[in-house]
Parts: sequence; structure tokens; C-alpha cells
Amino acid sequence: MDELQKNLLLQVADLHEIPAGAYNIRANGEAAGRRSTEHIEIVPKEDKPGIDIYIKPGTKKESVHIPVLMTQTGLKELVYNDFHIGEDCDVTIVAGCGIHNGGGQTSEHSGIHSFFIGKGARVKYVEKHYGTGDGAGERVMNPETRVEMAADSYMEMDTVQIKGVDSTERVTKAKLGDGAQLVIKEKLMTHGKQTATTRFYVELDGENSSTNVISRSVAKGFSQQTFYSQINGNNKCAGHSECDAIIMDNAVVRAIPEITANHLEASLIHEAAIGKIAGEQLTKLMTLGLTEQEAEEQIVNGFLK
Amino acid sequence: MLELRDISYHVDDGKKDILNHINLKIDDCFTAITGPNGGGKSTLARMIAGIIQPTDGRILMDGQDITGLSVTDRARLGISFAFQQPVRFKGITVFDLIRLASGKAINIDGACKYLSEVGLCARDYINREVNASLSGGELKRIEIATVMARGTKLSVFDEPEAGIDLWSFQNLITVFERMHAQTQGAIIIISHQERILNIADRIVVIANGEITNEGAREAVLPGLLNGSWECRHNAGGCIHG
Repeated sequence: MDELQKNLLLQVADLHEIPAGAYNIRANGEAAGRRSTEHIEIVPKEDKPGIDIYIKPGTKKESVHIPVLMTQTGLKELVYNDFHIGEDCDVTIVAGCGIHNGGGQTSEHSGIHSFFIGKGARVKYVEKHYGTGDGAGERVMNPETRVEMAADSYMEMDTVQIKGVDSTERVTKAKLGDGAQLVIKEKLMTHGKQTATTRFYVELDGENSSTNVISRSVAKGFSQQTFYSQINGNNKCAGHSECDAIIMDNAVVRAIPEITANHLEASLIHEAAIGKIAGEQLTKLMTLGLTEQEAEEQIVNGFLK
Repeated sequence: MLELRDISYHVDDGKKDILNHINLKIDDCFTAITGPNGGGKSTLARMIAGIIQPTDGRILMDGQDITGLSVTDRARLGISFAFQQPVRFKGITVFDLIRLASGKAINIDGACKYLSEVGLCARDYINREVNASLSGGELKRIEIATVMARGTKLSVFDEPEAGIDLWSFQNLITVFERMHAQTQGAIIIISHQERILNIADRIVVIANGEITNEGAREAVLPGLLNGSWECRHNAGGCIHG
């Protein structure tokens, strides 16, 4: 792995070296390293690019890292990764994509991640996207996450895209069984002429299923963001979605929430707020000795922390 | 320390006077500024911090003309300001705010010290966001803690008692007494509270944008309690305009 790839790995997976536990590193469209463990088996797909990850029932406190690194300009790929998580597991999955594009052609990674979460299992899924490189070629990432949650399972999905991705379209689709709980936390910052669209579709099919979809974003420069969320309450369930955006410069932010109650006992809430940084917030931090620019950075960093 | 020289502030294209020809010298002592609501006290406090610019007049600090200086520059010169209505932030924690206020890389223990001084159980608050989940009284105390963390030569508090309950009010008095004893600099408090006026060295009364009385506490306070400046004193110790 070269220095560029090592830096990308650090940014998307907080890893300096090869991680402990199971991992699969994909670099420039090829497998750059893979390790299965006693409880977690990683198998390459034969019919299309991607891997199957099998996590045995009852696996606790283990992690899987599957970073994707691209440093070759003009590379375009579509990868399918399927996670089969057994009953009563408690695992952390860290995925992430880093693109360094120093050339003139568009580099594009599209990953379709499917999660089949067994009864009573708990999954923390972390996904970071990062782009770098000063070439004219665009860095494009289009992740799609599909989640099927069995009874009483829990998933927390943290997605972060702070820097350097020119265009992204993120789709998350989830179906929840009885007592299943899904928490999604999205953090997004766009600048320059970047565009980002996120779409969340959650079907609360099971009795006492619940979801909380929280998106915090900052749009700077001439960037454009669109947030769609659609929560369908099909049973006795609870759903909450929240879109909170700071808009700066000449950016555009759209929030299009949709909540549908198909059941008398469905309780659904949506909150959306878009606004610039409040003048009083800047003033308060300036009375502590910060310049206006420093105050703005603190507010943005805190908001996306 | 601080001198306000012929300060005026007009709004509505000069049709409305908020402050009129204010001349005031603040020394290294505890000064309480009081007076009826709408008299111009908070405007004056915000003007000292640089948030509002005077229409006319000069502000001097240690002989230096700071009238044209920004909020940031004044803060760096040693002026601290506690807002009457503390600002809320999404994502910024109590620890972040105190760390920024102290201007150095303090650790959690260092920050907790200031929270304890304002009567908050530090461990419960240090990692909380300074957002709407905190009550008005909690926010006020955190606001005071940020000013204490700065430890500057001039601290201005705009109605620190507003929204503070009775228990913490006594705590607040103790905080100001301790600050007064420890700080070498000046403390200015905008207040209606008799108990705060009681611990001030000097009292300045502002009504209708003008200074109507000024002097040592012993000289000014009895007149206020007797109801001059159209005020009355109630049993709770609050002087109403």
C-alpha cells in the first residue's frame, strides 16, 4: 500500500495499519488484503464484484473493516457487499471509501451494501466518505444501503461525508420487523460546486418497531444538498426524522420529508430546520476572543461533531 | 480602567435616543449599573463589549481609544461579557465553551472547577451540549462560568440574576463576592437586585438614557430603596422600575 492509500485508509477507517479482526481492503478495484476470523467469514462473490460477509450467531464485540481506496483516475466501479449477521450478534462494521483523484477523469465508486440482521442482533455500522486530489476529474460516490431487520434487532448507522466528494447520491432502504430499532445519523458537509442527495426509506412493518433518522449538514459555497426521507408506519410503531442544516454563502438546501401512518398506532414525527449561523452565536464566541472566521469554524465543527 | 466619554446612541435615524451624553469612569472595583427597564443599561453593557457602536462619543480602556475596535479585539484586550440571554449552540458542549473561553488547552478537571464555582455538578454538565435541553438558569450559570474562565481585567454581566432560582441566587452572590475578592480588575453588573447592589462598591443609576445618580454604594443605595427614581422596593429585594 502506498502513502496515498495509507492516508485514505486513515481518513475513512481511522486506521494506520492493517486492522485487527476481519477485514477486506479493496484498492483500485482489486482485493488488497483480506482476513476472515473464527466467527467472521469473508467470501468473494463469483457472479459480480463484491463480497459476502458471514457473521456467526452469537458473535460478540468483534469488528469488520471493509475500506475501499481509489487512487487511479478514471476508475469506475460498482460493488456488492452483503452482510449476513447471525442471531444475537453484537458487532461493529466499518466501511468507508476514499478517493484520491489527481487526474482529469471522473473516479466513481458505487457500493451496494445489503444487511440481513438476525433476531436480537446489534450492529453498529460506520461509513465515512472522503475525497482528495487536485485533478480536474470529479470524485463521485453513490452508496446504497439495504437493511432487513429481524425481530428485536438493533442497528445504528453513522455516515460521515465531510470533505472532497464532488457528487454523491446516497440511498438507504430499511424494513423493520417486530421490536426492531434503527438509528441513522448522517453528517454531511459540502462546499464548492458539490452536490449531495440523500434518500431514506424506512418501512416500519413490525409491531413496536422504531426508527430515528437524524441528518445534520452544512452547505457552503455554491453546493447543493437535498434530503428526502420517507417513513411508513405500517404497524404499531414509532418513527422520528430530523433534518438540521446550516446554509452558508450561495448554497442551496432542500428538505423533503414524508411520513405516512398506515396504522392507527403509528406515531410519526418529522422535524426540519434550515438556516444560517445565528449572529448571536458568532457574537458570543467573538466575546471569548475568537475572530468571526474562527467562531464560524467552531460552530460548524461542533454542529458536525 | 474604562472611560465612557460623552456616549450617545440614537436609533430610527436619530429620532429615538437610547443613550444621551453618558460620561462615566469605571475603576478597578465592583460597579453595579441599575435603573428602570428600558433606560439604556443593557445597551451600554453591549456597547462596552463592542456589540453595539455608539452614535457619538468615545470609549477608552486604560487610556487607549477602543471605540473602533471589534468585539474580538476588545475581548483580546481583556473585556468579558456575560449575555442577559445566553446563546444556545447545537453540538458545542459546555466543555468546548469553557475551553474556548479560557483561551488555552485546559483539561476536563480545569473546566469542572469553574462549573463547580457556579454551583453546577460539573461531571453532569461538562459533556452536555449548550442547547435547548439546558434550562434558562443552567445556561445563565454556564455563561457566568465562561466569564470566570476568561479571568480578564474587565467583566461585564448583563442581568446575571434573571432566570436564576432562589437557591442559586445566594450562590451567585457568593460567586461575585469571590470574584471581587480575587480579581484585580473591574466588575460591572447590570442588575435590579438589591442583594447585588448591596455588595457593589459603586452604583450608577441610568434612566431615560442618562445617568441620574452615581457614587459610592453607601451614598446611592439608600435613595434607591426610599423610592427616588420613581421606584419602589419590594419584600423580595427586587427594585422595580
